[in-house]
Amino acid sequence: MSMRIFVSRDAGAVAVGADEVALALEQAAAKRGIAIEIVRTGSRGMYWLEPLVEVATPQGRIAFGPVTETDVPSLLDALASNTPHLLRLGATDEIPWLKRQTRLTFARCGVIDPRSLDDYRAHGGYKGLERALSLGSEAILAEVTASGLRGRGGAGFPTGIKWKTVAQAKADRKFIVCNADEGDSGTFADRMIMEGDPFLVIEGMTTAGITVGATKGYIYIRSEYPHAVEAMNAAIQAAKRGGYLGDRIGGSTYSFDLEVRVGAGAYVCGEETSLLESLEGRRGIVRAKPPLPAHHGLFGKPTVINNVLSFAAIPFILAEGAKAYADFGMGRSRGTMPIQLAGNIRYGGLFETAFGVTLGELVDDIGGGTFTGRPVRAVQVGGPLGAYFPRALFDTPFDYEAFAARDGLIGHGGIVVFDDSVDMRRQARFAMEFCAVESCGKCTPCRIGSTRGVETIEKIINGERVHENFALVEDLCNTMKFGSLCALGGFTPYPVLSALKHFREDFVPAPTTLQAAE
Amino acid sequence: MTTLYEPRYDSWDEARGAEIIAEHAGQEGATLVILHALQEAFGYVPEAAIPMVAQALNLSRADVHGVFTFYHDFRHKPAGRHVLKLCRAEACQAAGGDALAARAETKLGVSLGNTTADDRVTLEPIYCLGLCATAPSAMLDGRLIGRLDEKRLDALVAEAQR
Repeated sequence: MSMRIFVSRDAGAVAVGADEVALALEQAAAKRGIAIEIVRTGSRGMYWLEPLVEVATPQGRIAFGPVTETDVPSLLDALASNTPHLLRLGATDEIPWLKRQTRLTFARCGVIDPRSLDDYRAHGGYKGLERALSLGSEAILAEVTASGLRGRGGAGFPTGIKWKTVAQAKADRKFIVCNADEGDSGTFADRMIMEGDPFLVIEGMTTAGITVGATKGYIYIRSEYPHAVEAMNAAIQAAKRGGYLGDRIGGSTYSFDLEVRVGAGAYVCGEETSLLESLEGRRGIVRAKPPLPAHHGLFGKPTVINNVLSFAAIPFILAEGAKAYADFGMGRSRGTMPIQLAGNIRYGGLFETAFGVTLGELVDDIGGGTFTGRPVRAVQVGGPLGAYFPRALFDTPFDYEAFAARDGLIGHGGIVVFDDSVDMRRQARFAMEFCAVESCGKCTPCRIGSTRGVETIEKIINGERVHENFALVEDLCNTMKFGSLCALGGFTPYPVLSALKHFREDFVPAPTTLQAAE
Repeated sequence: MTTLYEPRYDSWDEARGAEIIAEHAGQEGATLVILHALQEAFGYVPEAAIPMVAQALNLSRADVHGVFTFYHDFRHKPAGRHVLKLCRAEACQAAGGDALAARAETKLGVSLGNTTADDRVTLEPIYCLGLCATAPSAMLDGRLIGRLDEKRLDALVAEAQR
C-alpha cells in the first residue's frame, strides 16, 4: 500500500515552497522505490510551519514542518524506517495551537483534497444542504436567524434578516453574490477557505439560493488571488458534474448556478454596492443606500450579498442546527470567528475560535508576540480601516460591540502586529494615502478629505504647527467619518484617530525639560 | 512552477481582438471580463480595442474608457518582460516591507510603478496578496514568494533582470 502524504496547495504554503517540497517528495520516493500518494490539501493555517507535510498513519496524521526541499530525503528515510525526525511535530490534531481552536467553518480546511467532491462529502459536506432541501425556505430562515450569524465581512449585519428581506421581495430574478474581494491587509481567511474547502462556499451559496428563490450566483474574487480563482472554478465544475449545481440540485426541484467573476485591483470593490457596480461591468462607484441591495441589488434585482465566511458558516448551521452554532460566542456575537494573525508575529495564521477571546490572548499567548522578538507596540485590527490598539487595550474581548465601544472594529477578523520600531505617524499617513488612492471619488469627504489628510499629517511629521495641525486632522476625520457614503471614507478615520489618541507621543514631541521646569 | 506563469503575449491584432470581444460579449456585465481577456492575450489593453468593446456592448467609448481607467489592473501599454510586485500593505509594512521596497528600487534603479529603461522589469506595488502570515511577500510574474528577506529579494531581482 502506498503511503499517503499531504502537502498544502494553499497560496501561502506555495509562497514558501510547498510545490518544491511536493516535487522533491515525488522524486525522492521514486528514487527509493517507495510508493507514495501525494494529496494536495488546503492549509491548516499554521503558517510558521509551512510547508507542512503530513503523513497518514493508523494513529491519524503525523505532521512535519516547516519542511524544505533539502529535508525531504532524510524525512522519507525516517518515514520508511519508522525512526524519529527533527521536524516531527507529532499528531497534527494534537498540536496545541490547532487543538485549542473551535473549527466549525475551517473543520475541513487542510484536511481534505479541495478538488474532490467525494472527499468533501466523505467529511460531512452537503449534509447542510440536504437538510435545507427538506426544511424549505421558512424553516431555513428560522435556523439562520436563530444561529445569530452576523455578516463576517465586517459590518456584522444579521444574515437571517438580510436573507428574509430578499426572500420576501417579489421579482422575476434574484441573485446571490459572494463578496470574495478580501482586500484588507492582514486577512486571508476567504482565500484559505476558497483554496482549501471551495465546496463549502458553493454549498452555502446554494442554500441561500434555494432559501430566497434565486437561481444564479456570482462569486466576485479579487485578481490578487489567482489560486483562489482557479480553485473555485475547478470546484464549480466538479459540483456541476456531481449534480450539485445546475438544474434539479441533489435531485430536488431547485436550480442554482454559479459563476466566478474576477476583480481588477480596486480596493473599494469590497464595498458591497461598489462590487455590484463592478459585477455589472461598470466603474466601482459606490451607490447611495437606500435602496438596499436586498431590494435593488445586482442588475436592479433583489440580491443577497454576503462575505465568503458568512456563506461558509451556513452549512454547519444547517447540518448541526442553529443552537450548536449559537452556543458559542458572547453577547450579540454568536458562533465562531476565523481570526487571522498576521504581520510581525511569531505564530501567524488562521485561528478560529468563539467570540470573546481577548486581544492580548490572541497576540501574546496564541500569536507568541513578534517574530523579530521585539516588544509588541501596536496592533491594527480589522484591516486598513481598523483602529490601532496599544497594549493598554489588550483586555478587549473579540466581539463586535466590545471593539466598537473602544472606537475600533473587528472587521473581517484580521490582526496585524507591529513591534516597537513602528512609527505611528507613517501608519496614520498611510491610512490617508491608501484612502486617497482607492477612493471611488463619488463623495467629497473621502475623495478630497483623504488628500488633505495626507498633506496635514505630512506637516505634523515635518514639525509644522504641530498642535494646530493635530486638531485639524481630528476635525477632518470627523467630517470623513460622518460625511462619507461608505466605509472607505467613513472608517479611514479609525486608524488615523486611534494613532493620534493612543500613540500621541509619536506626533507631538514631549515637552522639553526647560518647558517642564516652568 | 517557475514556467507556469511565464508571461507570453501576442502583439495587438484587430481580428484576434474582435474574436476575444465576441467570445465574451454575450455575458451579463461583460466589460471587465472582456478587458481582462484582452489583457491576458496582449499583455495590455490596446487603445484601439476600446471603441470595439464599446460597440460590441452598445456602450459609449467614454463608458468603456471610464471602466478601463478606474481599475488599477488594466495597463494601457505593455509591462516590462517581467513584473515584480511587492506587497506594500500594512502586514508587510509591519514585517519590514518598507526597507525591502526601497532596496528593490535602488537595485533596479526605478521607483515603484515604473519599468526599467531596458524594458526588462516592471516594479509595482500591490496591496495585499493575502499572504499576511508569511510577510513580507512578493509576486514575480504570478509566482508567489513569502517570507521575503534581503537575500530572497536580491535573488528575485536578479531573476527578473535575466
